[in-house]
Amino acid sequence: MNILSIKNLSLSFDGKNILNNLNLEITEGKTFAVVGPNGAGKSTLASTIMGLEGYRNYQGEIYFKEQSLKELSIYDRAQLGITLGWQEPARYEGLKVSQFLAASSKHKDKSAIMNAMEIAGIDYLTYYTRAVDKSLSGGERKKIELASIVAMQPGLVVLDEPDSGIDIASLKNIFGAIKYLREKGSTIILITHSLEVLKQAEYAYLICNGTVFDEGRVGKIRKSFEDKCMPCPHKNIPVLSDTGKEI
Amino acid sequence: MEEDILYEAANLKDIIHDPSVARLVINKDKVVASNLVEGIEVLPEEIKDGIKVKLIVKEGAILEKPVHLCFGVTSETAVQNIIIDADIENNASVSLIAHCVFPVAKDVLHNMNAKIHVGENAHYSYFERHIHSESGGVKVIPKTRVILEKGARFKTEFELIKGRVGLIDIDIETICAADSIMEMTARINGTGEDVIIIKETGFLEGENSKGVLTSRVALRNNAKAEIFNKIIATGAHSRGHVDCKEIVQDSASASATPIVEVKNSTAHVTHEASIGSVDSKQLETLLSRGLAQDEAVELIIQGLLS
Repeated sequence: MNILSIKNLSLSFDGKNILNNLNLEITEGKTFAVVGPNGAGKSTLASTIMGLEGYRNYQGEIYFKEQSLKELSIYDRAQLGITLGWQEPARYEGLKVSQFLAASSKHKDKSAIMNAMEIAGIDYLTYYTRAVDKSLSGGERKKIELASIVAMQPGLVVLDEPDSGIDIASLKNIFGAIKYLREKGSTIILITHSLEVLKQAEYAYLICNGTVFDEGRVGKIRKSFEDKCMPCPHKNIPVLSDTGKEI
Repeated sequence: MEEDILYEAANLKDIIHDPSVARLVINKDKVVASNLVEGIEVLPEEIKDGIKVKLIVKEGAILEKPVHLCFGVTSETAVQNIIIDADIENNASVSLIAHCVFPVAKDVLHNMNAKIHVGENAHYSYFERHIHSESGGVKVIPKTRVILEKGARFKTEFELIKGRVGLIDIDIETICAADSIMEMTARINGTGEDVIIIKETGFLEGENSKGVLTSRVALRNNAKAEIFNKIIATGAHSRGHVDCKEIVQDSASASATPIVEVKNSTAHVTHEASIGSVDSKQLETLLSRGLAQDEAVELIIQGLLS
């Protein structure tokens, strides 16, 4: 069963089309990747699924469990079980890791929060009372954000560049958390241009210029991405794959 | 009995029977309880509508536990004038926690005038916590002048996050000698028709003196705030930073004027100020975790003021 269906999705900013008639089908309980070069529209797609400010005035439709998300706020979408992991997580002056995770957590008890921290590779003693502020590195905040998603136990999570700012040693924590979410039944969309992250998915979409360029099993899309997008042959000036013409 | 009301409101019940904790409890213009420990001298004098307190921390005295001062008014209307003359002698170290408690105030004016002298290499920390009624009928006007001698350290925090502000007009000025360090912080949550005025000034006069002025204010409804934070650096290699952040919601309004003056080419002072609504990424992240808008804003403000 498809948990998310995106039909003919288009979104433009200042007259420039960022998403162009994009179509995706996401199966419940599976891990998908959306790959593409910089500027392909990946993060815009993530923001549009979550319904962030400025990303709700789109053409086409996004259905979550057959319900249109068009009129729904971020809060409404979160209540349905949708959440987003930001490429660059927010900083909160004074807000403790414990408070942030408790606010996100489905089960508010301390053991659930500790479990989420452990899964994301965050040392409880070091971080529990620290603030989620600029004293933490981007990688540390990334892991804390992932812990908040683990604690929330969402139905659908979109992770925008989950390896951004993460060192090699911590990458296994990120992948471990993705695996945990999958085992707990979450459907996952990985927004990435990393081949390592792509490997965590079962099925992938390759997008270019805001539209789907190719789709299929991860091995096929990896090859397609490497062959056609590395380096980008048209230097991020969008072209259609079949015709070679500019869009 | 009055003492009990103040202890209850200030959440101090666990320290009242501890003989190792120094304290002075004042209700309007009367000393209702006191306890002293070795190394500190407190000389209270009742004056018209208030109390004058001479506080001395003896040279070299290191007070391990904080000294608690409780300035309260348990009536609905009153004028309370507090005059403090504090001398922290050389190499002494003390931490004061002042609880300013006005639990039923409808029309209370609390004036404070403090002169603080922190001797060479002495450490003085002053944390002032206000607990007000929900009526907004309190006017708090503290004026403080601080002199830091060579190598002294001074840290002060003013916090009002429980109850209505009413009017708060803080004016604090610190003069820093060589190698001294000052940190002045105000955290205030304003709502209704509250008015908040903060003037923090630091003079980095001595060589290698350092100072940070921090203001954190959250405003809702029709509350207003004006923040004037100023550092004047004349000392060689002195370092300073002014940091002001205000969150404004509803019809509230705020202005921030960070001023830095550098009169020595080896000194360095920086400033940052931001006024605005709640940061959109912070808010959207919490909304995406399932918090309602009000819950998310409250959590962000709670963090800012913590």
